[in-house]
Amino acid sequence: MVGSEIISSIKRELPGFEALSIGEAYPDELTIRVRPQDFKDICLILHKNLASPVMLLFALDEREESGKFLLNCVFADLQNSRWITVSRDIQGESPEFDSLARNMYSASLFEREIWEMFGIKPKDNPDLRRLRLHDEVWPKGNYPLRKDFRKIPAGELSDYVFNRVEGEGIFEVPVGPVHAGIIGPGHFRFSVAGEPIINLEARLGFTHRGIEKLFEGKLCSEAVRLSESVSGDASFAHSLAFIQAQEKISGILIPKQAAYLRGIFLELERMYNHVNDIGGIALDAGFSFPSAYASIIKEAILQLNDRLTGDRYLRRVNAAGGVLTDIDEAGKKELRDSLKRIKQDFDELAKILNSSVSFMDRVDSTGVLKRKTAEDLGVSGLVARASGIPADLRKYFPGVYREANFEMITRQSGDVLARLNLRILEFAESCRLIEGFTARLKQGEKSMAASGIKGGSGLGYAEAWRGPVLYWLKINPDGLIARCKIADPSFLNWQGLAYAVLGNIIPDFPLCNKSFDLSYPGNDL
Amino acid sequence: MIEVLKSRILKGIVTRHIHPELARDIDSAGSELRFLVRKKFGRSLAIREVDTGSCGACESEIIASNNPIYDLQRFGVNFVASPRHADALLVTGPVSKNMLIALKKTYAAMPEPKFVITCGDCALNCGLFKDSYYVEGPVSSILPVMLHIPGCPPSPLAIIETLSGFLKKF
Repeated sequence: MVGSEIISSIKRELPGFEALSIGEAYPDELTIRVRPQDFKDICLILHKNLASPVMLLFALDEREESGKFLLNCVFADLQNSRWITVSRDIQGESPEFDSLARNMYSASLFEREIWEMFGIKPKDNPDLRRLRLHDEVWPKGNYPLRKDFRKIPAGELSDYVFNRVEGEGIFEVPVGPVHAGIIGPGHFRFSVAGEPIINLEARLGFTHRGIEKLFEGKLCSEAVRLSESVSGDASFAHSLAFIQAQEKISGILIPKQAAYLRGIFLELERMYNHVNDIGGIALDAGFSFPSAYASIIKEAILQLNDRLTGDRYLRRVNAAGGVLTDIDEAGKKELRDSLKRIKQDFDELAKILNSSVSFMDRVDSTGVLKRKTAEDLGVSGLVARASGIPADLRKYFPGVYREANFEMITRQSGDVLARLNLRILEFAESCRLIEGFTARLKQGEKSMAASGIKGGSGLGYAEAWRGPVLYWLKINPDGLIARCKIADPSFLNWQGLAYAVLGNIIPDFPLCNKSFDLSYPGNDL
Repeated sequence: MIEVLKSRILKGIVTRHIHPELARDIDSAGSELRFLVRKKFGRSLAIREVDTGSCGACESEIIASNNPIYDLQRFGVNFVASPRHADALLVTGPVSKNMLIALKKTYAAMPEPKFVITCGDCALNCGLFKDSYYVEGPVSSILPVMLHIPGCPPSPLAIIETLSGFLKKF
């Protein structure tokens, strides 16, 4: 049993530790149920031993069944391709738990989320301001993710307090929520001393739509559409993570053909977003010609998506058991031909950018996110790889990517240039992967397996273009969703942006922002 | 750079890859739109976009309608940075409680005469988010809406066609 190594490694550091139960329901998941007093120590040990930030920390309201709340903390054990969940219960009356945030910063935002959504207090957390339920419009003491929550909130409104930097010559620049461009809403509060930014506080949550609550009580087949609308530019990755959680719980094995097709669509989504960001970075440096060129390439990929699946954003493609759209021989030819043209155009785009000295000067060493900061914040995905952290689910988890010899790309410098180059290299890698997957498609092969539904809980995951998208799902025996916890990489990565801009000037903020290109709706849920 | 310029000249018009039928549709809807904008708005229609809780796909398509292939700007439609410069407000998404004040303030900041357009199914009837505790309601429950562009998300061509169809009756 692989799980036993983990337990013995914990016992070495915490003699006398006894787990209440150990669950290994799936090969890629290990669940350790612990006594409440052990929870914090064990989380800290796993955090250190696995070198993993908190990937998910979330609560469940099980007061109807057991009179208690449940608290789950998920870590990634990349070397062994599995997820480790530490689980404890919390009493139903005036619930609280010892905060992990002072020892493990990546737990911080998750704890604030648990506090605002469930009213479970993380004791000793230094910052309990609400993230999504804005104080000005949502009265205190209304916790929407509790099962006994009623839709009409009651109570008094209050105000949000921004962190303030004080001193001679320091002034604040507030920006948003409505920005100048065609983009989602968010409020940024810059504190500047002259030109350089000395503090940035992003206040988000403006597009909060209560998605996690909407999942509850729905059938999985209905909820797929909802997962596609969590973050519109990562529709496929979100539905994939959701569906994989459902398939895991229900024990559905998808046909090989479907796995390749999912790989193709996931990479197509990565490609159109990467090229969009490359164009965006150029535009925010005032270089409009490559930006226009990039938007033509993006449009070509969106039109290819449309021809292959009937939807530009790859919606209504995923379903439990496989994919609804197969690619036939004509489709394969179409895909190959289009990809060839797209690749040619893209190479030229990269050449244009690389040959412009003034552009390189803008992006080189701008917006540096140091590796240590990135690790402490729990930053993931593309941004983490640009800061030298080797983390990519495609590499560490088995599946079609391993078969295709996927090559993970990292950069060390953590600046805008690193994130730009990473996108350029990943775009090329995506082209290669799609070619490989396409070659493995067989005509007439099934792309859909029969599916049933079972109750249970499990974690679904996909490496979207921004980073890992995680869906922790609990399904009741009657097939209705009891809880769905969603984590988009944007959630923790927004903090990375707040650190990357420090010391840079405000005119470089759009450039830094675009190099992260984080999702507002994916963060706000 | 000389390489790049050379290839540009050899390549010609880069929008050549699009399907001839699509190119025809864009041109026919677009030239009508240009004619109507010229006639009814004195050459240009300025639009301010506000996202009140969309998933981002509508924004992506609105941006796409400004790319060199569709290029809404050549038909006289401009997306402007401030509500003070706008004739129309284009709203996407169901109205999240957090965006209610911002939406009203943006509308109030626009000079008269002004009108509101909604884009995407969520803005019309809150779509999938209808039953949410945090959704205030559809845009029409807050502002007077004159035009809706249907779709989830509407394609760039649909945006152009719906705009020109509307202006015909305006």
